[in-house]
Amino acid sequence: MTTLTSLRRLGLVLLLACGSAHAEDITVSAAASLTNAYTDLARQFEAQAPGTKVKLNFGASGVLLQQMAQGAPVDVFASADQATMDKAVSQKLIDTATRRDFATNALVLVTPLQDGPAVASLQDLKSAAVKRIAIGKPATVPVGSYTQQMLQSAQLWTVLEPKMIQADSVRQVLDYVGRGEVDAGFVYRTDAAIMPDKVKVAATVRTAQPVSYPIAVLADSHHKALAASFVDFIVSPAGRAVLDRYGFGKP
Amino acid sequence: MRYISAYMTKLIADFDWFPLLLSLKVAALATVLALIIGVGLAWVFARKPFPGSSLLEAVCMLPLVLPPTVIGYVLLVAAGRRSPLGNWLREHFDYTIIFNWHGAVVASAVVAVPLVLKASGAAFAGIDRTLENAASTLGAPPWSVFFRITVPLAWPGILAGALLAYARAMGEFGASLMVAGSIPGQTQTLPMAIYDAVQAGQDDRALLLVLVTSVISILVLTVSKRYFSLR
Repeated sequence: MTTLTSLRRLGLVLLLACGSAHAEDITVSAAASLTNAYTDLARQFEAQAPGTKVKLNFGASGVLLQQMAQGAPVDVFASADQATMDKAVSQKLIDTATRRDFATNALVLVTPLQDGPAVASLQDLKSAAVKRIAIGKPATVPVGSYTQQMLQSAQLWTVLEPKMIQADSVRQVLDYVGRGEVDAGFVYRTDAAIMPDKVKVAATVRTAQPVSYPIAVLADSHHKALAASFVDFIVSPAGRAVLDRYGFGKP
Repeated sequence: MRYISAYMTKLIADFDWFPLLLSLKVAALATVLALIIGVGLAWVFARKPFPGSSLLEAVCMLPLVLPPTVIGYVLLVAAGRRSPLGNWLREHFDYTIIFNWHGAVVASAVVAVPLVLKASGAAFAGIDRTLENAASTLGAPPWSVFFRITVPLAWPGILAGALLAYARAMGEFGASLMVAGSIPGQTQTLPMAIYDAVQAGQDDRALLLVLVTSVISILVLTVSKRYFSLR
């Protein structure tokens, strides 16, 4: 056998070996507020389906939508609001038959645990002592959009807008408040629970529409079956138990 | 065709000039700051080396190779609310560089210093020391030797460093985003505006901003190349 032939054979064997050893994996794009819960859920899912791998991609729902619209190979999308999922549907990215609501959350006003002026209600934000308020960017971050709608209906948006620092995700808002760089911020109840040593909840705020999280399989997914079973796992009692533990409400 | 040109006209008419003007301003101030620090340090390393000066020089060059996020984090820790310096500034002057466009200047200056340092260092090394010695022998004090002999002779190299620093400061993104944030109309520089436009799916605006940034950067680099070859 010539060297070239044996090299070719070696190459073929390696290629085949790769093919058969390759376990199925899915990519899940999930809202930033789901970081801790989904990391746990992914591990449990992998444990009960050996050989599978769940790759997690967290960020603001609007940014995740942009990635998918530009062709990112995502299999499952879990958004922090219905509006972003609706946008994904209108851009024909979603297999609409698989769309389900899996959790709810609450919007809270948080302040740094130690420094900063005392804030006990939304009206306190108007005082001159409160100089900076962190919110998510309303265009791309669901928590920012909920905050803007809520403040507009409370007639506080225009008066508070000059004090606002707009962040790229709900976790960045949480970080700004945790560091004490801002005097107050709006995050979800579940995010505030992650940093009890750095932030405290000043008030829970009612939003006009409920903070509802939908999940769906992408239309272009190459792993539809596995993606669908991941979605089933999220809405199953086992998945519910994990989400409960992190403070997410029932859908 | 008419529809396209009407669309382009509207896009350009609606163009938000703030990020461009802020970037030009931030880069200018950062370059001045980087020049003061960079030229000063380069002179000390070239003319008055002390034990440990080469180590200090290596540390000063670090911002050139460290990821901008590391620099941003260091600035946050050093000047943030919880730091001694940040706390002191807030208590006594009600001042902070966080979420302030001054923070973008500081971050851009930090990443620009290595460029000025290297260019000036090379320029100082290329000067004939006998000219400086002759000046001191004739009675000129050290600062006079520096400003009237050393700097004029090293000028092309220093200017090349300054232009590189300006281009780098115009493009500074990671560290300045972490320190100053991207507040539209207050701290949003040109690179941040591009990032925000892409994130929000505003591709037309992003493209226009990219074109503006590229044109300016090419201009600055072309001018600086001329000064590099003069040296």
